[in-house]
Order: sequence, then structure tokens, then C-alpha cells
Amino acid sequence: MSYLAKPKFHHPALPENTLGYTRRDYEGAISTLCAGCGHDSITAAIVEACFELSIAPHRVAKISGIGCSSKTPTYFLGNSHGFNSVHGRMPSVLTGASLANRDLIYLGVSGDGDSASIGLGQFAHALRRGVNMVYIVENNGVYGLTKGQFSATADDGSKSKQGVVNIDKPIDLTALALQLGASYVARSFSGDKAQLVSLIKGAIEHEGAALVDVISPCVAFNNHVGSTKSYDYVREHNIAVNRLDVIVGRTPITVDYEPGKLELVQQHDGSWLRLRKLNAEYSVHDRRAAIDFLLEHEAKSEIVTGLLYVASDKDELHADLNTTDTPLNALSQKELCPGMARLEEINASLG
Amino acid sequence: MPDTLAISRVNDFVVRFANTNGSGSASANELFARAVLRMGVPVAARNIFPSNIQGLPTWYEVRVCEAGYLGARGGTDLVVAMNPQTFAKDQAGLEPGGYLIYDSTRPVQKSQFREDITVLGAPLGAICNKEYNDPRERQLFKNIMYIGVLAAVLEMDTGEIDTLIGRQFAGKERLIEANVRAFHLGRDWAIENLPCPIGLCVRRADAVGGRIFIDGNSATALGAVFGGATVCAWYPITPSTSIADAFSAYCARFRIDPETGKKRYAIIQTEDELASSGMVIGAAWNGARAFAPTSGPGISLMQEFLGLAYFAEIPAVIMDVQRGGPSTGMPTRTQQSDILLAAYASHGDTKHVLLFPEGPAEAFEFSALSFDLADRLQTPVLLMLDLDIGMNHRLCAPLRWDDDRVYDRGKVMTAADLDAGKDFGRYLDVDGDGIPYRTYPGTHPRKGSYFTRGTTRDRYARYTEEGGPYVDNMERLLKKFETAKDLVPGPVITLASIPSRYGVIYFGSTSPAMDEAADLLEADGHALDRMRVRAFPFNRDVDAFLRAHEAVFVVEQNRDAQLRTLIITECGVNPAKLTPVLHFDGTPITARFIAAAIAARLGEAAKQSERAVA
Ligand SMILES: Cc1ncc(C[n+]2csc(CCOP(=O)(O)OP(=O)(O)O)c2C)c(N)n1
Ligand code: SF4
Ligand SMILES: [Mg+2]
Repeated sequence: MSYLAKPKFHHPALPENTLGYTRRDYEGAISTLCAGCGHDSITAAIVEACFELSIAPHRVAKISGIGCSSKTPTYFLGNSHGFNSVHGRMPSVLTGASLANRDLIYLGVSGDGDSASIGLGQFAHALRRGVNMVYIVENNGVYGLTKGQFSATADDGSKSKQGVVNIDKPIDLTALALQLGASYVARSFSGDKAQLVSLIKGAIEHEGAALVDVISPCVAFNNHVGSTKSYDYVREHNIAVNRLDVIVGRTPITVDYEPGKLELVQQHDGSWLRLRKLNAEYSVHDRRAAIDFLLEHEAKSEIVTGLLYVASDKDELHADLNTTDTPLNALSQKELCPGMARLEEINASLG
Repeated sequence: MPDTLAISRVNDFVVRFANTNGSGSASANELFARAVLRMGVPVAARNIFPSNIQGLPTWYEVRVCEAGYLGARGGTDLVVAMNPQTFAKDQAGLEPGGYLIYDSTRPVQKSQFREDITVLGAPLGAICNKEYNDPRERQLFKNIMYIGVLAAVLEMDTGEIDTLIGRQFAGKERLIEANVRAFHLGRDWAIENLPCPIGLCVRRADAVGGRIFIDGNSATALGAVFGGATVCAWYPITPSTSIADAFSAYCARFRIDPETGKKRYAIIQTEDELASSGMVIGAAWNGARAFAPTSGPGISLMQEFLGLAYFAEIPAVIMDVQRGGPSTGMPTRTQQSDILLAAYASHGDTKHVLLFPEGPAEAFEFSALSFDLADRLQTPVLLMLDLDIGMNHRLCAPLRWDDDRVYDRGKVMTAADLDAGKDFGRYLDVDGDGIPYRTYPGTHPRKGSYFTRGTTRDRYARYTEEGGPYVDNMERLLKKFETAKDLVPGPVITLASIPSRYGVIYFGSTSPAMDEAADLLEADGHALDRMRVRAFPFNRDVDAFLRAHEAVFVVEQNRDAQLRTLIITECGVNPAKLTPVLHFDGTPITARFIAAAIAARLGEAAKQSERAVA
């Protein structure tokens, strides 16, 4: 099929954000994914998050790998540049883009095959470098685009549509991200839009490597009984550790929650994360405890969602590299080229 | 040995140093080469080293040549044999009448020496043991000491060496003094105890001029700095690592914001070459000039990304410092064996722009140029160096930069262009040269954004799987490649002194050996026109040269005649017209080899035509 432009019809009553954009301005072409695909809900959540945060669409660069999930950047932020790269290599392309211009928001979109199978290496290295990005994995446990083979996040014992049982151990991308030093780690479910939107908003406001692993059922190949990534299974086994609100630019009002159950975390850009604790014991500041918690609940076949970790120290690639505040792609020839006089000095030293 | 046999030559001989890896000999050996240069005599210096860090044999060869031939000559006239492991082999490699300098601290039986050479033993170990207590010092000063012995037997100016030592250790008076002392210890011992001078001699001349002595990798890195590269993504691999090292050093010198101390560049040591090519593509897509230095194995890993960059039209610059085949061992030897791999890198119909510098001066020029070409053509450009160029110091013209030169950033639409209502189609050929306009991400709030994909798009970057738009796009990419022919550096053609039916084509590091071979052949009565190819796609002058000659030799440093294949395919030449001359044992090609191979073929041809007449 060919390109389907969405009719750009602005209803006068459509609400605008502080920049004067409506939700429509954050949409893209009409999705060509299967009806009911979890990935479409993530697309909608990204649109909502960007609208609510009043992000200028052209200040976002969307970069993906290959897969049904990696096709989705066509379906949101139609006024942003996008790059559908190669399978499993989104992180390196995104890292390079981020090096070139530190001023844009980088939205990396990937699948579980893309990130946990073929691209596990790049996944790991981008996180450990602290690239300032929102890294979204649309995780359905299978390769959707190649028709339903197991991916590396498929659970041990999970059954395929044809009844084949997966015998390999699953890779938990959030646990891995915690170990690798990602500074914002969250998991969500494409069936829980409110949670997903707020976790994406928090990730966008976060400076550093932010991973959002979203369980996103594949209705065509992995939504049956025996699958551990189906809508029903995830709903039944989901335990959310907290609910998040992201408040930009002002101190949040904290009246409407029970005391002791609410926590405020300020991010480096000044935004606030308001966390309503659903599990009183769970701390978002303890990397090690978070990994323990994940392993403990995985053993009970439970899927932990929510904001799992946010670092208190800033750790971001450009800061580590000490690059100029001016984006590298905006430096002038005068700033870049030493010129003939310097070259003469070099020549003289080589005689 | 009868004296008449001993080689007797001034300013025209080959010295070879045989050492062990990690013994610190490299800087002493380089000191010798630089001292000869300072005496006004050209040298060509080459490292031959193993794929390990310590303990294996290494050699450093210095060809002293007032006539100015800078290719490897083949054969050795004097060997400084400091490695007992290779002693026999080093001696065997000497030309008849050659000279052997060795450490005579431990006696070597007379029967172990060749009879047709001059043996010069110096008890360097013993002198060092007497003078120094620290084992490391003993090793290091022994190196300087054999330079002293060499200076004595070759009658070199000591002043030049003293100056060079002073320069090398500038600011460290104690080290200068100690090294100068070690040098003179060796020299004084030799003057008293050896039959100085010998038949070989370095005599002051005026044949170096204003030339500089630099390795190709440093020159390439400088080219990237001058060419405005801001992102370097690399994964360590010999022989390309020193490009990243040099880029880092030059950037630290020239690219720090004086006010904030912050860097106007970013260097990432990646996890592999997939990632380094991916980062270069991401950065270039986003409007920065970016490059990845690597070698053949890295190019192998970059295949998928190179194809993406070709189809997505991203100006990625890749430097390939070529070496021998896979695994370790041969890889620290030189070859030109990635030509086809690079020219057609990736799946699908792809072709890439290649540049072939002949040495450091062109490496600098082409390195800077590659960023302009990549931006102009919106496609990957591969700078094809090799170990011989990259890792050896070469005497070359001083590097030049025109301060009036303005970077060619290619066709980039700005916010102002978009506001002025210019029609933006990412893959729209508005100028008829196959090159479309691009926009950088973040340019304009409502206009000019597009979605980058491999193929599957129409002229306005809209998704389509239709055959028509695909073919349309692929044909435009071909047109763009045609445009490239007039933008890349053309060949350098040198005509023989008399008109010739024969031509010879060569490229890259073969250049100095070929120049010398042409002189040898001409002296033998074989006149050949020669053409040094400097880029792919082949400029139109390449076709003209092929047409103008009856038979053409193609000289390459690989087994499969890769450039020849490329010429046959791209220029549609009858293969019978192109005779391959191939050298691929990992050592740099020599004039002797080329001249002998071509003379043999021409001799055969002459005989055949005589027979035909008779
Ligand atoms: C190098 C390479 N190998 C294989 C493929 C084929 N391929 C396309 S998508 C895909 C799997 C995608 O799975 P995932 O990332 O989980 O995305 P999903 O479709 O499930 O959203 C594969 C194997 C490819 N495009 N490139
Ligand atoms: S195959 Fe699965 S992942 Fe792909 S679009 Fe359909 S439901 Fe979604
Ligand atoms: Mg998947």
C-alpha cells in the first residue's frame, strides 16, 4: 500500500497546548499495523505525551530500527524528521545524531527483536554511554514483521501460536538497563494509557539515557492462551509499583494524596515527578533493590510496571565528553578550521 | 672477504634494523632516518612489524636515496642485527658485499657469518652493562648506541643527531644529556675499533628541499580537522587506529573553545564497526561532518550500513587503511585488497565513491576533500589508504590549505528557503544532476521535515512500494554517480618521452615504486605512458587513456586484480587489453618487481611479433 495522509482538518474547538499546537499537530500518517496492535496505543501515548508537554514537533528526531514497532515513527509526529534505519542498529544512529546536535529531543523506537535479539549490543552500549534519549521498546515477545518467531524477550515456557514452547531464558530489558547504568528505567503496558503517557513524559523530561520497556501485545501472533505477552495475561499479572505524574515548570500541589504514599522527585531540567506509591516499600532510587525486586517478581510470573528507577546524579554523554554548548552541527568553519598559519607551524615541526 | 666485493655507494643504499617488538628501538631508528634527512638526503622509511605487542621480531627499513625514489627497493645493503632470533635470516637477506652490524658481546662463531659480507661487531651489551645499572636503561641506551656506531661507519654529521635528540627530549635536560652521551659512546667506540669508513656513506646533499616527513594516518587526521569533521566514531584496528589517535591529539590542540575550555568535537570509541558506521550516519544525517577510520574487517562489518547510507543518501566518510586478509598475522602487512569490497559495499545495487591517495600529502588533501564530496553528493565516500601509506613516515610536499576555501556543504535547504516557498522534495532532482536537496532535522516548525528510509519512497519521501517510483529513484542515483565523475580528482597522467603504444595504470601506495620502475624501464628501452587513478567512479580521462593505448598494464597490490575488474566492468574495456601485474605478499611493492614483470611481458610480446614477421 502507499502513503495515506491524514486529512489535516482542524476543528476550531480542538484544545491547544501552551505552544498553540493541537493533538493533530503531533499525529503522523495513518497506521498500517494490524487493528488492535499494541504498538498503535504506544503511538497514541507518544502523541499525547508530546502534546501535553508542549514540545515543538520539529525539535524531536524519531529514529527506529526495523520491525512493525520500528515502522510506527511514521504514524506520529509528522512534522519531525524521522529515520527508519537498519535492524537492531537504531542506538548507534541515534547516538551519532545526538552527538551532532545536542539540542534536539531524541526518540528511539525499537522492538524486542530489534533491541534484545539482533541489537542487544547496541542497546547495551547506548545505555551505558548515557546518550540523552528516550528509548522505547515496543515489546511483544515475537518478531511481528517476520510473522511471529520468538524473540529474546519471550518467556521460558511461553507457547507460540502454533503451540511451540519457548525453551530459552528471556532477557529482561529493564533489569539489564539497570545493570548497565541507564538513569531512567520504566516499564509499562500498551493497555494502560495513563501510566504509559506519564512514563514517556518523565522520560522526555529526563536528561540522560531513559528506557521505557512497553509490553505491547501482537494481536496477530502472540495474543493467545499460553502466551505471556497477551492482553489478558499482562492484565492479570501486572503489578504497578507506582503511578507517575509529570509536572513541568512549577512546584506540584500535593494535597490530594494520603501522606507517606507520595514522593516528589525533581529532575535536572527542573520538572517534577510526582509518584504515588502503590507499593510502600519500593524505592525508585535504589538500583540494586530494583533489580532484586524485578527478579523476585519475575519468579512469581508477575510483570512489574511503573517507574523502576531514576538516578539522582546527572549522567549524560555530552557532559561526559565536555562538548561545547553550541551543537557540533552549528559550528562555523572559522571555529572548525585551524587555517594555513597553523598548518605552516605543523609543516615546520615535521621538517 | 675480498675488498672488491664490498658494496661501495654514497647516498644510495638500504639499511635495515632488526629488533624485537617492545624494545624501544622505534624512536632510535627514526632518529637515524631523520638525521639522514637533515643532511639533505631523501629517505624512505618503513616499519615491518608483527601482530603483537612484545617479543616478536620487527624491522625498520631505511632507504637512503639521493635520487629521490621513495618506494621500497628490495634487498638490504646494511643490516643492524639486534635480534638474535632473526640473526640468520637478517644476514641471509643482505646483498652480496653488504654489511652486518651486530652486538658482539656474546661471541658468534666465524662459521656462522656469510663470507661475502663485511661483519662489524660492536660489544654494545658489554658497554651498556658497564655504563648503566637499570635494565631498562641498558636496553634503551643500547638502541641509541647502535645509532652511534652507524653514524661512525657511515660518516654522518654528529651535529644533526645531537640536535634531533635535543628536539626529541626538549625540556628534559637530563634525558638529552644521557642520550647524547650514549650516542657518542657508540660512535667513539666504533671510530676506534671498526674499519671506518666503510663502503657506504651518507654525504651532505641538497635533495630534500622544503619537504616534510609525516605518516599518512596523521595527515589523514589533520585533513579531517581542517575539513571540519566534528564526530569521529572508531573501533581499534591496526593499521587505522593512529588516525583516531592523531585526530584526538590535533583536536585537543585546535578545537577547544578558548572561552569555555569545551570541545568542538566528539570522539567515541565504539563497541564495533557496525556502531561506528551507524554513528557516522546518524551524525551526518543530522548535519555534522563525521567519519570512521577502519580497515578491511571493519568495512566488512559496515556493509549493511554502507548500503543504507547509499540509499538514504547520507554523507558518511569512511577511511579504510587496507591490510592483509582476515584474522591476525598478515593483517599487519600492507595490501590494496579491499577495492571491490569498498566499491560495491552492501546488498542491493550500490556503488560508492572511493579516493586513492598516493601518500600523506594527498591523504591530507583527500581527507578534507572527502567531506566536501560526501556533502555535495550526499553519499558515502571511502578514503582508501593502506598500511604502507598510513603507518610509515613518508617524505612529501608540505601540507597546504587555502584560507579562502569555503566548505561545500552541498544542497541544504534552510528555514529561510522553506519560508520563501521553495518546493522541498527530499528525492526530487531539481537541478538535473541527480542530487536532491536535504534539510537538517529541526530546521522548521512546519515545513521541510521528511522520513528517511532505505528505498520504498517517492520523490517527496512518501512511503511507496510501487515499482515505478523505485526505478525512478534508482536511475536518479545512477545519474548522481555520473555527476560524481566530474567532481572526484581526475587521474594523473605522465607520458613517456617518446610516443608509446603501452600504458600502465596504478594507484595509491604503488606510486613511488611505479615512478622508479618507469625510469628503469625507460633506461631499458621500454617507454610506457602511465596513469595514476585517484578516484572511483573513474573520471572520463580514464576512458580516454584506455582508448589511446593498445595494451595496458594494471599494477596492484592484491591477488585478484581488483582495480582491473573494476575498470573492465565500469569502462567496458576488453579484458584482453589489460594485463595484471600483481604483488601481494604483504611487503610493499618495489620498482624492481614492477620493472621485471613489465619487461618480461614486453620482451615476450616483442618475440612474438618477431616470429610473426619471420
Ligand atoms: C539484518 C536483518 N535481518 C533480518 C531482518 C528481517 N526482520 C525484519 S523485522 C524483524 C524482526 C522484528 O522484530 P521486533 O523488533 O520484535 O519488531 P516487531 O515487528 O515485533 O514489532 C526481522 C528479523 C532484517 N530486516 N534485517
Ligand atoms: S504483526 Fe503483530 S506487531 Fe505487527 S502489526 Fe500486526 S499485531 Fe502489530
Ligand atoms: Mg517484537
